[in-house]
Amino acid sequence: MKVMVAVKRVVDYAVKIRVKPDKSGVETSNVKMSMNPFCEIALEEALRIREAGAAAEVVAVSVGPAQCVDTLRTALAMGADRAVHVDAGAAPVLPLSVAKILKALVQVEKPGLLILGKQAIDDDCNQTGQMVAGLLRWPQGTFASKVVLDKEKQVATVEREVDGGIETLSLDLPAVITTDLRLNQPRYATLPNIMKAKSKVIKKVTPAELNVELKPDLEVVQVTEPPKRKAGVIVSSVDELIDKLKNEARIL
Amino acid sequence: MLQPVRLPLASADLSLFQNAVAAYVATGSAISSSTFKPTAPLLPLRRVPDLRTHCHDPSLQGIVLGREDAVEETGSPGHPAVLRVTPLPDGRMRCISKWLQVGYLGLVFCKSVMDPRLGSYSKLNTWRPCCMFRVSVGTPQASNYLNLGKTYAIKQRSFGSAATDIPRNPAFSKLNADDISYFRTILDERNVVEDEDRLSAANVDWMRKYQGSSKLLLLPKSSQEVSKILHHCNSRKLAVVPQGGNTGLVGGSVPVHDEVIINLALMDKIVSLDKINGILVCEAGCILENLSLFLENEGFIMPLDLGAKGSCQIGGNISTNAGGLRFLRYGSLHGTILGLEVVLANGTILDMLGTLRKDNTGYDLKHLFIGSEGSLGIVTKVSVLTPPKLMSTNLAFLACKDFTSCQKLLLEAKRALGEVLSAFEFMDSHSMDLVLSHLDGVRTPLPSSLYNFYILIETTGSDETYDKTKLEAFLLRSMEEGLILDGVVAQDINQSSSFWRIREGISEASIKVGAVYKYDLSLPIDQFYGIVEEMRNRLGEVAKVIGYGHLGDGNLHLNIMTARYDSDILAQIEPYVYEWTSKHKGSISAEHGLGLMKANKIHYSKSPETVQLMVDIKKLLDPNRILNPYKVLPQSCFN
Repeated sequence: MKVMVAVKRVVDYAVKIRVKPDKSGVETSNVKMSMNPFCEIALEEALRIREAGAAAEVVAVSVGPAQCVDTLRTALAMGADRAVHVDAGAAPVLPLSVAKILKALVQVEKPGLLILGKQAIDDDCNQTGQMVAGLLRWPQGTFASKVVLDKEKQVATVEREVDGGIETLSLDLPAVITTDLRLNQPRYATLPNIMKAKSKVIKKVTPAELNVELKPDLEVVQVTEPPKRKAGVIVSSVDELIDKLKNEARIL
Repeated sequence: MLQPVRLPLASADLSLFQNAVAAYVATGSAISSSTFKPTAPLLPLRRVPDLRTHCHDPSLQGIVLGREDAVEETGSPGHPAVLRVTPLPDGRMRCISKWLQVGYLGLVFCKSVMDPRLGSYSKLNTWRPCCMFRVSVGTPQASNYLNLGKTYAIKQRSFGSAATDIPRNPAFSKLNADDISYFRTILDERNVVEDEDRLSAANVDWMRKYQGSSKLLLLPKSSQEVSKILHHCNSRKLAVVPQGGNTGLVGGSVPVHDEVIINLALMDKIVSLDKINGILVCEAGCILENLSLFLENEGFIMPLDLGAKGSCQIGGNISTNAGGLRFLRYGSLHGTILGLEVVLANGTILDMLGTLRKDNTGYDLKHLFIGSEGSLGIVTKVSVLTPPKLMSTNLAFLACKDFTSCQKLLLEAKRALGEVLSAFEFMDSHSMDLVLSHLDGVRTPLPSSLYNFYILIETTGSDETYDKTKLEAFLLRSMEEGLILDGVVAQDINQSSSFWRIREGISEASIKVGAVYKYDLSLPIDQFYGIVEEMRNRLGEVAKVIGYGHLGDGNLHLNIMTARYDSDILAQIEPYVYEWTSKHKGSISAEHGLGLMKANKIHYSKSPETVQLMVDIKKLLDPNRILNPYKVLPQSCFN
């Protein structure tokens, strides 16, 4: 069985981001980019599934500009067998378009399991996994905190973190799983694996070859920073407190 | 109300006694053999696992329950005296009073406890009883304390190296009320601190190894205030200790006796930043991490970086010529400091605050103050050349089989990585074990039981892909040649931080074991690890010896950890370490400085003529020797 993992290249989690002066988006030039942390967790899970013997191959996929190849190299250095880069140009690709591309890729590669991170830390959409499952009409287990694969029965038991606690689902393969933070701790890229990664293949395709039309149906109007938190004020009397609550905070 | 207890105590009570606790008492009078009936009962004790954990706690005080008619040092007759109980390095406790007698029972209270899980001290709101002791044999050593009358001397025993029994220089005056009221006229009221709690924090160094007994802490807000303070202290011959973040490791930042502490924490303003050349002018009390954060926003970085960056102040860094993790790339502070403003002992403000890269006009005096550890003047303002912040950093954590491979790797790295190499750190497997077992949230990138040595290589450049390719090519080649057994390359900033945490956390982890003897040596590269193995053989089971450090700069940090500070163990370590270093033409203090710990050891690394010239300069700049006395230069040179 093949496992396909979708990874995204985003601004590094530890970077202090800034909004561009023209408010069109976040400053991404000259800023460190790396693999989305949830995608790392997804990749780690796929590798563990392969090491447990439930899968034969792990394919990493990324949609984006030419620099995505760096992220795919990281995926290969962690242990993925092959990588596919869908070159969508410099413009950001929205979740629905990514979902359509993934659907096309799934129909080419025919994996038994598609694993993604639950959301990307740049847009926080939390949509791609669910949309792909809908387009493919595959079962989905999102916010996975534990995944157990039964190879013979071709069933995945997924424990999901939901608001009320943990929900356990049983999914018939092929299925889509999106990963949450507590699923695992991703491994580091070791030198022997980096060496092996040099001989691994990164196939390049374009959306056109997959018969997918990228039509952005969302437009970002403005991006602004949240208002800075004002320092607290110490009031000297109850009257002053009431006055401030009435006139400044306007909650009385 | 307290109830009397009949002696002898039941065995159940005796079992509360800790074996390690036997009060070591010097009495001022002959030992009396009278039996003892306490007038006050023993309060219920809470079991404390091991009193030795409190050994380093300077706030241990004893309440001794005496006889009704005993002379009291404090309070009125019938009320037990509160005496100072000083823990000794070997686990015993010393309590000195002229009326303590054999057979007395004592109750020890403490006001701060060490949490063994956290390894840190937490202060309690009230005194808590922690153990009971019985006064046992007196000792002839009492002769030092005979005839003390009302003023009994409490001997504060420092636990560190041998040079701690230093007599207070009688030439220094004692602080009096007039001095304090004068200081109150030149500084804000709240910046003249006599509060015991704040003083006790300022009197102890970061490693809790050295403790002074200063009664006054001053917090000037400007160079003018520093100048007035020093002018007064100089005319009154009051000794002073300049203090910054108090993170020094050789006892140079705390008083030895009652020197006035001048802490520059309030002088923390950034004066200016030249955004084209990256020249930063700031006050000496700025914390290094704050300066780094400020500069990063502007596209620059500080030329030095150390584990203590969250607390250390730039003035202290300069006074100790701090090295740190970026030394390999950006060099010493002697190169990156462009100017200083220093206040001399007599209050003169020396303005050498140039912001020019090149200025060959006369003798370059600022170099005297860089590394002088506060003994020639107090640094009040600084002008630093800050390098531009380069975007791409790559970090690799590697494992090597033996020290020879580490050396070869260093040579190869300097050649292959060249201009992008920015750090080359090393640690042995014992350091790795220490960090993994004592710090939270630390994860090993490589299995620790398999490898002997670990190397951290960092590159900093302007082009990420180019640097990464260069680094990976170098690493793969080294692996093929057998120099590296295994390694990991950090893929994002979080991974880099966790690798650095391992290396920077060694110092923090080492104080959690118990007592740590730290040595900071510069050694020729082929002798580098020899001393670690020598000390391991010499000390055997008694101590844990680890070696780590800035291999790229030839700077080894040798840490020897034992359960507690012990003069026997110390005798095994010193002067052997210094002699070994001197024999191999190394430096006994690569970057930590001499401070108090190595004040009499300079001859291991400098010739007598050089030392004499240093003494002449000290006498010239500070004739009354009020600045940071007892430190840096040997006492014998001044007699």
